[in-house]
This record gives sequence, structure tokens and C-alpha cells, in this order.
Amino acid sequence: MERYRFLDHTADAKFQAFGNTLEEAFSNAALATASLMWDWERIEKKVELQVEVQGRDLKQLLCSFLEEIVYLLDSRSFLLGVPERVRLDKKGGLFTLKALFKGDEYSEKYEIHGDVKAITYDEMEIVEGDRFMVQVVVDI
Amino acid sequence: MDLKKLNDYTWEIPKSGEMRVPTVIYASSKIIEGVKRDRTLQQARNVACLPGIQKTAYVMPDAHQGYGFPIGGVAAFDLDTGIISPGGVGYDINCGVRLLKSEYMEKDIHEKRKQLLAEIFNEVPAGVGKGGITRLSRNVLLEVCTRGAEWAVDNGYGTREDLKRTEEYGRMKEADPSHLSNRAMERGIPQLGTLGAGNHFLEIQKVSQIFDEEVAGVFGIHSVDQILVMIHCGSRGLGHQVASDFIRLMEDQIGSRGLPDRELINAPVRSKLGQMYYQSMSAAVNYAFTNRQMIAHWVRNVFRKIMGSSEGMDQVYDVCHNVAKIEKHTIDGKSLDVCVHRKGATRSFGPGREEIPEVYRSVGQPIFIPGSMGTASYILVGTAEAEKMSFGSTAHGAGRLMSRHEALRRFRGEQIKRDLENKGIELQATGWKGVAEEASQAYKDVDDVVKVSHNVGIGRLVAKVVPVGVMKG
Repeated sequence: MERYRFLDHTADAKFQAFGNTLEEAFSNAALATASLMWDWERIEKKVELQVEVQGRDLKQLLCSFLEEIVYLLDSRSFLLGVPERVRLDKKGGLFTLKALFKGDEYSEKYEIHGDVKAITYDEMEIVEGDRFMVQVVVDI
Repeated sequence: MDLKKLNDYTWEIPKSGEMRVPTVIYASSKIIEGVKRDRTLQQARNVACLPGIQKTAYVMPDAHQGYGFPIGGVAAFDLDTGIISPGGVGYDINCGVRLLKSEYMEKDIHEKRKQLLAEIFNEVPAGVGKGGITRLSRNVLLEVCTRGAEWAVDNGYGTREDLKRTEEYGRMKEADPSHLSNRAMERGIPQLGTLGAGNHFLEIQKVSQIFDEEVAGVFGIHSVDQILVMIHCGSRGLGHQVASDFIRLMEDQIGSRGLPDRELINAPVRSKLGQMYYQSMSAAVNYAFTNRQMIAHWVRNVFRKIMGSSEGMDQVYDVCHNVAKIEKHTIDGKSLDVCVHRKGATRSFGPGREEIPEVYRSVGQPIFIPGSMGTASYILVGTAEAEKMSFGSTAHGAGRLMSRHEALRRFRGEQIKRDLENKGIELQATGWKGVAEEASQAYKDVDDVVKVSHNVGIGRLVAKVVPVGVMKG
């Protein structure tokens, strides 16, 4: 199955990510976000980081989850290779997403080709069904 | 949507429905056609519906669709009844431009331009993937965010004279970094003094045309072929995090119900949260001023090393492109303090405004409008008309025309470098992909943008400059 697809957007980047579950769609959205900055397929899986984010609704949760990638790059020079064990829970109106980020610390062997400033709510869509789709516009 | 042409360069969406004020767009016939193609007009109309908005929601000639507010949007809000919105400032708080002049002519540096650019590329960290050269303590970061470029000067980066020639004198006094989140600080610590990627750049330029000799002279620009250095960058991850943090806080505490767009989230200017955002945004503004102050210092060092001297490399000015400020404006004949949001717009204050440094007060403030990679940039001067027509604002750049993906499909970074070299422009970049994404063909023609600004009177042309060497982060 296609993981994600970029759509045309004049100033920034807009993508749709897919999955058989919402977790899988979120996970592919993480890879789409990473692909704006580096080639995630080339990142060695040497470093593991446990990630946990929360949101009052799914959009806020998705936004926080993807922001984590940018935050880890800026603060720890961490390049995401793949998110694993993605788990979504809902308790008392609050969504929680846990994941294990596998990747590597930045070094000269990797090329960073773009800057993601922020994940936005602009045109954000989360479509649930037989197949899940999330659409995100990223400020770059 | 009802769009009325008022004259060759002015268009209006009259007040209707929930709009509290009309919307005015400054554009040529060619530009307005582009503007109609995306959601710019709808976004400008949404801004006109926000509480406490004064007079008119303005759209500058380089406008394109943004988040919540359009890029190129200018709006002023009453301090008692109005709001402040992170979406009205943008994610890259105090993304801006600093210009240094020199007394070198193109012929003086011609033989050494490759070396100059290579050395600048060495000295100025792009900071992409890894941090800048300095590892700061938290306390130092707090000081940077409080004191801005003053901190940099006190620590050996540049001179007091630079501060005099910086918007806000390099420091927004309202800054209070105590509200910054840990995440904002963690992102800010490794990135101080870095250029960043995307559309950010550093250019060695030469003057190609002077339109207004008198004003240019006041700015220290006197000859065609005179060498200048332009630095375009912002507040990096720290500023982006401040925007994201306050969008979230405002959502959680106030909510976005009733707003046509979640990115229009806002808080009353005088509310606790509104003030916290304003103080945090000001802290990010100061961080960005410090960034450009440090980079300017390194550029001078490189000139000293390669050319033997950096004598005469004075700062012309440093302007913000993404900011909210409390300013005095005349509305309905009354002088009022309002909260002006400029998102992808440059302040354009005319002669006499006390915010302008004394050296420029008789002519108006300098304005810098960078073009796309490898194309011309412009120096303009602020006008008294702008204060009446756009809360003292004008355009900030070329504005994208083509998506980055489309640009990647069409262009190759290596080819762009060769094309630039054929035009006599050197290029240093961290990667080819970023170069292809920033191809000049992917941008609107900045010449059209500044022509509208000049003809409508919201910022008048002073000089045109073209690049000699480009560093792309």
C-alpha cells in the first residue's frame, strides 16, 4: 500500500498518509514529514527514543505527534528512520499516542535538504473507514 | 466574493456579512489574478471578521495563502476590544532582513568573491541537523531573549552603532522569556547564530541601479557596483515552538469554536494569555535580532580576513517581516495605540516617526525586499502615505508561485548552480535539493511586487541590487 502522497501546495507542503489502522496512517504521516527533511529510508536505526504525546482531539494529537519529529531534530539532532509500536489510547476525553522512534543522530553522512517550521491545522483531515487517511499541511 | 477595483493598484472586498471592516488588496492586474487562485482573499476576509479590528484588513502586493492570516496580511486591533493571534505573526517570528553596506566596489572583490563566499559558508553555520558554534546555558539564552542584539554587542558581536540601526534598536522591551516552554528553550539553545534552511539565505550583492540618490545617500549607498551583504533569517526552532505552543494554549484555554479557521485562534490583547503570547513572541523577536547580529559579525570577520579590512561595513538597517507590535496610528482622526500584526510584511514608516533612528528620521525608514535566489532585491524607503494606507506597511518579498514539489520535478540543483555561474553569481549550499526547491522560476517576479509598492505609495524605490554570491542554508 502507498504510504503517503504529496499534493500540490504553492508555498508549503501538503500530503495525505494512509493506513489500515489510524496508528498506521499516523506512522506514515511521520515518515512523510521526515521525508521533507531527509531520506528516512537511509537512516540507520541506532538510536531509540520513546515518544508520548497527547491531544484533546485527533487533530491536536496528530499535530503534536508530527511536531515531535521536528523537536527531536532541533534539540537532539535526531533523524527519524521509522516509528514502531505506535499505540493510540483515549481516556476521559484525552487522546494519547505512544511510539518508539528508531533512527540515528545527525552526522555528515546524512543530507538534510529541508526545514520544517511547523505542523499546521490548515486543511487538516482525518478520515476514518476501511482505510484511514490523514491530510496535513506543513509550514516549510 | 465581491472584489471591486478601486484604481490600477487597489482592490477592495467591501464589508459584508460578518466582516467588521472592509479588506483592501494592493496589487497589479497581473498579481491579483494570481492572488485569486489560492485562498488569500478568503483568509483576508476572515481576518476582517476578528474582534476589535480597526479600519481595514490590508493585503500587500506579494500576498499568498498562509495559515489563518494570509502571508502579506496586515491588521491592527484595538487594545481593549481586540485580539492578538499567533497566526497573524506566523511561525517564523521575526523572520527578517539585515543589510550591511561596504566601501568595496565589485571590481575590488571580483577575484576574491569565490574565496569570500566559501569562507562565509565556513564561518556562518547553517545549523541544519546540527547546532551553531556556541553551546549556551539556559541562563544565557534567557538573557539573549530578554536583551536581544544588545546581548550580542556586549559579547563582542558587532557595535553599538549596529543597534541604532535595527528595528526596535535590536530589543523588544516587552520580552519576557519566563513563559517560554522547555521545548522552545531546548530548540533555541543549539541554534543561536544559525541561518537555517528553506528560503533563508545570505547574499553578497552589488548595487545595480539607484532610483533615489538623495535617500540612498542617507542610507550609505552611493555607487552602482557598490558591495552590500544581505542576511535573511529568523528565530529558528525557538520562534516556531513559541507559535505552536501558544496556538495550543489558546485552543485549550479559549477554544476555536466560532472561528472559520482553526489557525485564526487568538486571545484578547489584554488577557493574561494574550500578554503571555506577546511577551514570548517578543522574546523570540529578540532571539532573531541576536541571530542576525552574530551572523553580521562573522561576515565582517570574513571580509577582514580575505580583503584585509571591514572598514565602512556599516549596518544599513535590520527589519522584521513577521511580528506584532503596539504602535500609534491615526484612525478616524484620532491617535490610537493599536496592536499591528504584520505577517510577511515590512514596517514602512515615513519621515518623522520617532521609532525610526535619528539618522533616517528625515527621510523615512529603510525597507529591504529580497527577491528569490539569484534574482534582484530592492531597497525602499517608508512613506507617510503608508501610515494612512496600510498602518505603515509594505511587501516583504517575492512570494512563491510554484510548489516545492513541482520545483523539484522541474529543476536540478546542479543545473541552477551552473546557470547562476554563467550569470556571474557564485552559489554555496548545504544540498542540491534545497537549491532546486528555491529556483527563482518558482517565485513571483519581485520587480512587479516593488512596482506596486512604489506606485501605490506604501514604500518608495531607492535602489536595486543583484547578487554576486549566494549562501543558501
